[in-house]
Amino acid sequence: MNPQLLRFSRFLLRPLDPQLLSLLGVLSLIGLITLYSAVDESLPRWSAQVLNFGAALLCMWLVAQVSPSRIAALAVPLYLVGVLLLVAVAVNGEVVNGARRWLHVGVTRIQPSELVKLATPMMIAWYLHRHQEDLRAHHFVVGTVLLALPLGLVLRQPDLGTAMLIGAAGFYVLFLAGLRYRIILLGLLGALASLPVLWSVMHDYQRKRILTLLDPTEDPLGAGYHTIQAMIAVGSGGLTGKGWTNGTQSHLDFLPERHTDFIFAVFAEEFGMVGAVVVIGLIIAIVLRGLRIASNASGLFSRLIAGSLSLSFFTYAAVNIGMVIGVLPVVGVPLPLISYGGTSLVTMGLGFGVLMSIHRHRGMLVSH
Amino acid sequence: MKLTTRQEITRNSQYQARLQIAAVFIVVVFLVLIGRLTVLQTVQYDYYHTLAESNRISLVPSQPNRGLITDRNGIVLAENRAVYTVEIYPKEIDDLQATLRNLGGVIDLSESDRRRFDKRLRESRNFDSIAVKSFLTDAEVARFSANKFRLKGVELTTHLFRSYPMGTTAAHILGHVGRISPQDKALLESRGQTAAYRGIESIGKDGVEKTYETDLRGVAGYAQVETDAAGRGVRTIARKASVPGNKLRLAVDIRLQKIGEEAFGGRRGAVVAIDPATGDILALVSQPSFDPNAFVDGIDPAIWRELNQSLDKPLTNRPLRGAYPPGSTIKPFMALAALETGTRSPERTIVDPGFYTLPGQGHQYRCWKTEGHGSVDLHRSVVVSCDTYYYGLAVEMGIEKTHDFLARFNFGKASGIDIEGERSGLNPNEAWKRARFKDKWYAGDTVSAGIGQGYVLATPMQLAYAAAVLANRGTAFRPHLAKEIVDLQSGKVRRIEPKPAYVTHFSDDNLDRVREAMVGVTQPGGTAAQAAAGAPYRIAGKTGTAQVIGMKQGQKYKESEVDERHRDHAWFIAFAPADDPKIALAVLVENGGHGGSVAAPIARKMMDWWILGKAPGAEPTAGEGAAH
Repeated sequence: MNPQLLRFSRFLLRPLDPQLLSLLGVLSLIGLITLYSAVDESLPRWSAQVLNFGAALLCMWLVAQVSPSRIAALAVPLYLVGVLLLVAVAVNGEVVNGARRWLHVGVTRIQPSELVKLATPMMIAWYLHRHQEDLRAHHFVVGTVLLALPLGLVLRQPDLGTAMLIGAAGFYVLFLAGLRYRIILLGLLGALASLPVLWSVMHDYQRKRILTLLDPTEDPLGAGYHTIQAMIAVGSGGLTGKGWTNGTQSHLDFLPERHTDFIFAVFAEEFGMVGAVVVIGLIIAIVLRGLRIASNASGLFSRLIAGSLSLSFFTYAAVNIGMVIGVLPVVGVPLPLISYGGTSLVTMGLGFGVLMSIHRHRGMLVSH
Repeated sequence: MKLTTRQEITRNSQYQARLQIAAVFIVVVFLVLIGRLTVLQTVQYDYYHTLAESNRISLVPSQPNRGLITDRNGIVLAENRAVYTVEIYPKEIDDLQATLRNLGGVIDLSESDRRRFDKRLRESRNFDSIAVKSFLTDAEVARFSANKFRLKGVELTTHLFRSYPMGTTAAHILGHVGRISPQDKALLESRGQTAAYRGIESIGKDGVEKTYETDLRGVAGYAQVETDAAGRGVRTIARKASVPGNKLRLAVDIRLQKIGEEAFGGRRGAVVAIDPATGDILALVSQPSFDPNAFVDGIDPAIWRELNQSLDKPLTNRPLRGAYPPGSTIKPFMALAALETGTRSPERTIVDPGFYTLPGQGHQYRCWKTEGHGSVDLHRSVVVSCDTYYYGLAVEMGIEKTHDFLARFNFGKASGIDIEGERSGLNPNEAWKRARFKDKWYAGDTVSAGIGQGYVLATPMQLAYAAAVLANRGTAFRPHLAKEIVDLQSGKVRRIEPKPAYVTHFSDDNLDRVREAMVGVTQPGGTAAQAAAGAPYRIAGKTGTAQVIGMKQGQKYKESEVDERHRDHAWFIAFAPADDPKIALAVLVENGGHGGSVAAPIARKMMDWWILGKAPGAEPTAGEGAAH
């Protein structure tokens, strides 16, 4: 190979973890192949997603260059900006499909909850890291408050899916920092006890989604339609699937949201159980690799954030797949690296960039 | 603010433990998901596979071509026409009213179109398309195509529609098809025939269209079509062609039919013309008529109301449904009865003073000729239609003998023609009156029956049939409209063979005497002489008048003084040529007055066509002279 090119590719790859990178690469490739079928072989849309991948890759690469301590330094400003934007949304957001999620900024509009997904665990990790010598109960209380603030604002929008993901990301930080099992158990019991209260403040459509989960056939043309059609797609895929671009459920329009939230149904219909197990295997491998990076990370911030990011990735995937195969309610959570959509991909890129950076700076002392 | 090494180690081991717990949790969750996938994709695979296939594949039926109906010479009376129809897929439309408004800007949607659409929308149960308007004009098709992009969920399709090119001609024979109604559906379900109608939109509702429905219908084909979620076909997987219905050739000569219809000149009435040797119905006229094309796509309520409420009752099939007193047309049959039962010899003469009185009673039963016919024998009684002769004859013979003899000519019974709705008429006797009115039979009842009045009722169909039996010397061929049914696939022809319905025996002498008397009717001095004048063949006929309202004792019926609808009905029955009958017919003109002057000329025009092949045009117009 041309030595200059070799040097350049080394420059490109140096900050990245080859194992994680190749796993992500394979899953992304599967994602693009599936998407091509899910958008009915429409090249413009597929190309747009390729560009999204490019942007996500660039974000990952750039973030991977930054040391974890510098990333930690961003936690407070990012968190503050995120929370302020959420407040702005609550005051002056644009309502789309009955939920106030978007904020107009000049020519474009943004969804601040995406930023908060990353900023909240960072903020909690930063805070716990600051008090790592002497972590006491009240620090966990403060951590919980830091989590509850954006969580409450997102719930108000209402955006159950994102709120759940933010809650999970924050919880993972607190859990990895050593939150006592007793407290976790108490929290779980409290949550169970507050379920009826939660039910009463839920929106009708949210209640419907949960009822639909319990019996999708009750309203087959209404709320249950998504779930039923997705389950038919998955089930009819059988062991080996109907073949790429041969899915009848997806190509004949029976499957709604098939290039975004329900893309896993397209995949499982066309590639069958064999394909589905391969994808789940890849996801497990990515998460375990992330946890390995977390395990080797130095410094509490890096450890907490690496663990939280990996577990969040797991949560996204599990919630999405669970929804498609009818074990979880329909919440708007995309399947990472496979669903169509730039925002979610860029968020993924940033997250994995942080992981790469943490991996690169393993064994180094973090300056305070 | 540094951690001690010991703290570091403790912290680290706790952290590593938590990571491991997390890893285990992850694997467990994914195993649960894989478990669920296994259930869906292997255990329940068949179930979901079936669901996906039934989602995907639908059977789209293709309409068969309904069998043609032709007259005996192959002239087409009912065919199928490709018609442009605008259909709406309600499932694809959010705002139906807005779509209909938009559509109304492109094609002409009348109030009645809207009403029909609303009705179909209510009756449709599934997600099918619903026809909004059929019979689009070329201009509408062009406008629709140009505006198609603005009309989501609206499609232009072609359908085969039944078409009756002759319009009102022979409408009562053909009947019509119409869209399958919920009642039709229920009936088909009860007969287990629903499957045969999948893909078929219309059904024979009346006439031969109804009788020969099974032959004409054909078998719908279908295409296995892959459909998308909106129910639209994406591609065809398999196809089975439809089988066209059989062709129905009628015995009717449509030109004869037309001549008959036109001869009415707008009057109300009926003609039945039969080939006595076969039972072929050559013409079945019912005037006024209606246009069966109006029924094909569901009749417009306004037209329906007009047809239904008209005093002229155009929808009524008069030859079958109109039961009228046969009047004097019954006399040849009574005359034959007199001879066959031996009640009166042909030579026996009576003196007609212009009326008849029952022995020991003062009531005068009047002859139509006030001054009387003088001395009358059997032959003359038919030729001049002497009422007095028959009053006495009926009384001498008695009602039971009269009834039994008339029954041999099928009076009081439906002829069994191959379309629905025939009435049986009325051949009264004592038992009937007791059952019907819980009253005894009076001698006066017999007197009236003798001249075809009183309780006696007959349809034009029955009188034509009776004339045909007389013409055929007692062998009755069941009257039928269908001549043959042609299977277009195999080319097989199923002939409706003329089969004698029954045979009744008369003495040839008696028969000839009565037939000669009927010929006398159309000769100079007879009541139909003028109508028959100049015919190069001999006609056996009998005129008749059916009273619409009863006349008081001593009151004289004057045509000019009676409201048009209360005037007498004019009858004429005939067969010709008298010695070798080719056609037998019965003509009724409602409120026409005299049979000889009004009904007989219609018969003459039809016989001229049938026997001579001569179309009406230059023949003498009927005069007013001859009565009865």
